[in-house]
Amino acid sequence: MSNEKVLEVRNLSKVYGKGCAKCFESTGPEHNTNICPHCGSIVAAHDISFDLYKGEILGIMGESGSGKSTSVKNLFFDEIPTSGQATFFDDGKQYDLFSLNAQQKRHLRNHRFGMVYQNPVLGLNFNVSAGGNIAERLLMSNLTNYSEIRERAIELLRRTEVLTERMDEMPKNFSGGMQQRVQIAKALATNPPLLFLDEVTTGLDLSVQAAILDLIMEIQRESQTAMIVVTHDLGVIRLLAGRTIVMKYGRIIETGLTDQILEDPQDAYTQRLVASAL
Amino acid sequence: MSIQPILEVEDFSKTFMLHEQGKELPSSHSVFLKAYPGRLTALIGPTGAGKSTVLKGIYRTYLPTSGRMMFTTEQGQQIDLATADEHQILELRKEEIGFVTQFLHTLPRQSTEDVVAMPLIKKGISREIALEKAREILGQLNLPERLWAVSPATFSGGEKQRVNLARGLLAQPRLLLLDEPTASLDPKTTDRVVELINNLKQTGTAMIAIFHDMDLVEKLADDVVELAPPIGTENFFNSDTNENA
Repeated sequence: MSNEKVLEVRNLSKVYGKGCAKCFESTGPEHNTNICPHCGSIVAAHDISFDLYKGEILGIMGESGSGKSTSVKNLFFDEIPTSGQATFFDDGKQYDLFSLNAQQKRHLRNHRFGMVYQNPVLGLNFNVSAGGNIAERLLMSNLTNYSEIRERAIELLRRTEVLTERMDEMPKNFSGGMQQRVQIAKALATNPPLLFLDEVTTGLDLSVQAAILDLIMEIQRESQTAMIVVTHDLGVIRLLAGRTIVMKYGRIIETGLTDQILEDPQDAYTQRLVASAL
Repeated sequence: MSIQPILEVEDFSKTFMLHEQGKELPSSHSVFLKAYPGRLTALIGPTGAGKSTVLKGIYRTYLPTSGRMMFTTEQGQQIDLATADEHQILELRKEEIGFVTQFLHTLPRQSTEDVVAMPLIKKGISREIALEKAREILGQLNLPERLWAVSPATFSGGEKQRVNLARGLLAQPRLLLLDEPTASLDPKTTDRVVELINNLKQTGTAMIAIFHDMDLVEKLADDVVELAPPIGTENFFNSDTNENA
């Protein structure tokens, strides 16, 4: 890992609902809720801050509703944050993510970021073939020559171990694990320096999970891609992430080296979480 | 002695706070030790003296409760491992500090030779050369050749230990931590390990190792640090009534 910072997130917050002045002070782990008792708004994430470096895999762990996916969706522009700052460092340039215009956001999403969702329906276009899905993304990134696009798509599918003979088939004909691999191939199409992975192995067979984790590690090694891995699975965290953030009720309750989080958790909640899983 | 220590642990203590039980569990208390290039410091003491805790504290798998752990990097920079930034620790783990534990967590599909070669590959050494070296050291540690291409996930304790040792020794870190490196090995392989550790000393690696076998301490240690269980832990394990609860 180099010391190049890829992403800096500061005080990111996301509130669903109209919000009130008491939202933040009346929610969080100490209140055992993320629903504001005064106005009923949901504080999905509050005061999220972290740094991500080149080649690093950062894990975000927590139960359903802890705000881990929300944090990532805000960074990928799937959601609009309520407040906070995020800076993306790329090729000597830096982007203040939340003040970009729609076109600039689209540019980053299409060229410099990759996202793999738990549900392939969100990441894939089910109306075009597997190869077409990859071509779609390549077309958005200035590659226009048909044979070049096809060649690159074949290369990506091979890398993610999707049979290239099946590249002209529709994603709905694929198994869940295969759909996930096509989704990863699509996300990788533009060689993005930043990749978001949201529960990518959840619900898959163990053997398929293993193959996907293996693939993610390989990508990290070969391309030095910085990744944020959102999962509730401690095993995935242990294998993939160098550092881990633990979230509960929209807040970060603990951050540390992954082995430290798993073997010497400081917070009572993390201790319970780890104890119940091992 | 004229050589400078690569690591100086001063007054290291670790107490676990168990929130669920509302208890504090002292594990290591006021430990002092030094590690020198080309020398091995043996950690000895009874079970419960906190030997593994010290190693895990140095590696930062455990967060120290108090104390300093000054590490001198290859560039001559002084870093307190107790408080160093997490990215800095990850960098040191990759480049300078290795840990041979009694556990092995590997990716499901990774072959044994890949597991052993990985630290070298991460350092930027070509895959072919790294694999060649991996096979060489696996052979030296008497791991049967038919196992090299297999994932170590299903290996026996002794086999896993050999994989761990092979990986840790091959990486040639500047500081190597060893937690009972020969605990589940046969005498013949143990002799090989002694030989390999001595070879590694020649290259200048500093080592801190936990041994229970005094014979090994005799053979390998240049310095010996004896730890005693923290005061009060006997009570912790024995008391049925806890006044603080």
